[in-house]
Amino acid sequence: MLSAIGVTSLEDLFSHLPAEVRLNRPLAIDAGKSEYEIVDYFRARGDENANGFASFLGAGVYHHYRPVLVDTVVSRGEFLTSYTPYQAEISQGTLTTIFEFQTMICQLTGMEVANASMYDGSTAVPEAAMMAMRVTGRDRILVSRTVHPEYREVLLTYAQHQGMPVAEFGYLKDAGTLDTADLESKIDSGTAAVIIQSPNFFGIVEDVRHAAEIAHKHGALLIFVFAEAVSLGLLEPPRDADIVAGELQSFAISPVYGGPFAGIIATKEKFMRQIPGRLVGETKDTRGNRAFCLTLATREQHIRREKATSNICTNQALIALMATVFMTVYGKEGLRELAQQNLSKAHYLAGKLPLRFSGPFFNEFVASTNGRTPDQINQTLLGKQIIGGLPLERYYPELKNTMLLCATEMSRREKLDTVAEVFAK
Amino acid sequence: MIKKVRQHINQNEPLLFENSSPGKRGYQLPPLDVPSVDTAAALGASNIRAEIEGFPEVSEVEAIRHFTRLSTHNYAIDLGLYPLGSCTMKYNPRVNEQVARIEGLAWAHPYQPESLSQGILEVMGTLEKILAEITGMDEVTLQPAAGAHGEFTGILLIRALLQSQGNARKKLLIPDSAHGTNPATATMAGYKVENIKSNERGMVDVESLARAVDEDVAALMITNPNTLGVFEENITRIAEILHSKGALVYMDGANMNALVGVARPGDFGVDVMHLNLHKTFSTPHGGGGPGSGPVAVKKHLIPFLPKPRLERVGERWTWNYDRPQSVGRVRAFYGNIGMHVRALAYIMAHGGDGLRNATLDAVLNANYIRALIEPYYDLPHKAPTMHECVFSDERQTKRGVHTGDIAKRLIDYGFHPYTVSFPLIVHGAMMIEPTETESKAELDLFVDALISIAAEIDTDPELVLKAPHHTRTSRVDEVTAARKPIVRWKGVTEPRP
Repeated sequence: MLSAIGVTSLEDLFSHLPAEVRLNRPLAIDAGKSEYEIVDYFRARGDENANGFASFLGAGVYHHYRPVLVDTVVSRGEFLTSYTPYQAEISQGTLTTIFEFQTMICQLTGMEVANASMYDGSTAVPEAAMMAMRVTGRDRILVSRTVHPEYREVLLTYAQHQGMPVAEFGYLKDAGTLDTADLESKIDSGTAAVIIQSPNFFGIVEDVRHAAEIAHKHGALLIFVFAEAVSLGLLEPPRDADIVAGELQSFAISPVYGGPFAGIIATKEKFMRQIPGRLVGETKDTRGNRAFCLTLATREQHIRREKATSNICTNQALIALMATVFMTVYGKEGLRELAQQNLSKAHYLAGKLPLRFSGPFFNEFVASTNGRTPDQINQTLLGKQIIGGLPLERYYPELKNTMLLCATEMSRREKLDTVAEVFAK
Repeated sequence: MIKKVRQHINQNEPLLFENSSPGKRGYQLPPLDVPSVDTAAALGASNIRAEIEGFPEVSEVEAIRHFTRLSTHNYAIDLGLYPLGSCTMKYNPRVNEQVARIEGLAWAHPYQPESLSQGILEVMGTLEKILAEITGMDEVTLQPAAGAHGEFTGILLIRALLQSQGNARKKLLIPDSAHGTNPATATMAGYKVENIKSNERGMVDVESLARAVDEDVAALMITNPNTLGVFEENITRIAEILHSKGALVYMDGANMNALVGVARPGDFGVDVMHLNLHKTFSTPHGGGGPGSGPVAVKKHLIPFLPKPRLERVGERWTWNYDRPQSVGRVRAFYGNIGMHVRALAYIMAHGGDGLRNATLDAVLNANYIRALIEPYYDLPHKAPTMHECVFSDERQTKRGVHTGDIAKRLIDYGFHPYTVSFPLIVHGAMMIEPTETESKAELDLFVDALISIAAEIDTDPELVLKAPHHTRTSRVDEVTAARKPIVRWKGVTEPRP
């Protein structure tokens, strides 16, 4: 190969690099290891983490069972080791599954268009807000304090240099639902979008229709956020929203300490050309057979450069495929039954604990830790191989001595009872 | 004569929705061990949906056949060379997949106590340190989810530093050979874009750059090696020009596979850069993600890194949220951790020497292709090739055949095409990046295919213009797809064959 190139050594291929940029020493990285040693290293790291604990943490990351088929499908090299499907003729596998994904997200959310995925729910929120700015020609964003606190932090990071002022509105201190009076007092003719989440960060189901009415009355869009996708198996889809931004981690995506997950943005057809990210469309090949391809690329950075709808390039295709397989395996009846089990488990536990809020909840709720700190309760639970709830004071100073608890189909009754006992003591 | 492939039969497959039958299911939940809750009473009847209209109803075996059949409609690295320029389609080692699924790592909740998360934090801390060593930078954040997300983070850091000095400035300089994500990122971070023309050698023109740099310039976003696969030989001088006016140098690390173990951006004046773990560090592309875009910085940018920051306190890893100068969060939680596990496994398997050898092989393979193809295709920029080479279709265009057509004909020869029509500064670009993964045998087949196609264009251009001929899907009508977009299944079932 060297002689074909016309050099005598590999080093010759780098002789044009200026001497001052060359690294003149070996990298200070240990010598290569065998597969066995690598597996051993990571097993040891896994053993240093919580192993075999029951967990009642939710707050945007949920412990749901992952059907075996999900891993079987995404482990196929044809899906795992392919690139973004630019060459449609040899990418119909990926393109077809994305088209199915887009369709299922629409069915689930009541929207008409869904993109091929975003990085995660938290980044989908500012992308949806930017989209609302383009659609309305307005710049102000009003976000509910019951939207996931970290999603709101990400929104602020994105908003700060785009001339997109973000303000928050509150929640009712007894119900834990949107304070629509506060919303009414803050919304005006400069508001591009109102952002709400349901079930909200407290697990409570919001009145989407009412929020939409308020937003629309002022010419703003309603952005509906979801973090617990399983809830959509049971809950009325947010048909009154204009843009839906969500997180699919609940659909067979393991928590992996926070990522990779997959976000989505879905919307109405009339806003299709303002949606960020990849879109797959149906068409035909020259033989007249149905085929799929990436479409409306003129929105995207590789064509529009600084005028693109977003800088997003890589999305989360393989994770979206996991969600697609999950939705397929559970299907129409299964997702509903799964949601019902979640509801029942959470309500069983909640029935034994002092609740902070009165609003209707799905599989998460806020409990008061009456007289003790959340940390005291969690320490006791850890001693019983149980990871308890998330103390809320860090995110909501007014919610001292409360914790957010989540129960899913994975929560066994005896563990639910143990949590209740520890609270009762 | 096509040596690499011949046709074989694979299955047609309708959409899931066309294959559904009422009542079919592919799952079984265990019986509920608590009393069943009345949904309407718990949530309010108006909050309950009737059903998920149109949702799939298939059995388990129908589900697995569906996805397996569809998988056979894809090309993949596991099938052969995938020479997409600037995408670094290298082999994705399977041990990486296995270790990323270890229960204690895969099922760690981001809010579980730090005392029960030391293993995963150790993985992240180790990776940060190694990436700093590879790039020659001082600290690394693993929070960004992909390359473009890393760019966004990096530019926010630059803005925050300049703002702290009293003036965030107005614009970013971006070479005309840059990825589209660079200018799109600039806009998202509130900067105007000024394009910098490349010179005839395909490099940033130092004189015109020097004229463009003024007190309004916040930074230069440079890709090195650039998208022509050419190392910016004047990079040290370029960095000096920017720094002398108080501006910074951002490096797009998409092409880092040409430099690992050979040269370090931190040693040639770069202030901040991102890496693509899904390129240089072998995490799978997965049909378009997930990626991971760590950002590496020099000391002066550390205070502004996204929060929380991973820190070592005594014998323990901990998250520090008290970072008053931080640009904030760029995503929830801490990043695409599953990709960090895979990248560290790749680094461990290679070791320092192995990483450097991978770089040498990647550059060798690109130069080998360049040398063998050059007699047949136009090579507009003659500067030395690093990890990729960019030809143009200039000779073939005279016969009415363009880069996109040659790409489609390559499919008939059993290869995924190169990157088509990018970078924009090369008219009719054919951008080829073989990576270190490929053997000489695979490269020779690829070279033979391109030479054979060049001959076909001379004798029978129609053959190339109508390609691909042997795929189950022939050339796809992308124009109609964009003109009348159908982006979800609306219930019109195709007649079955």
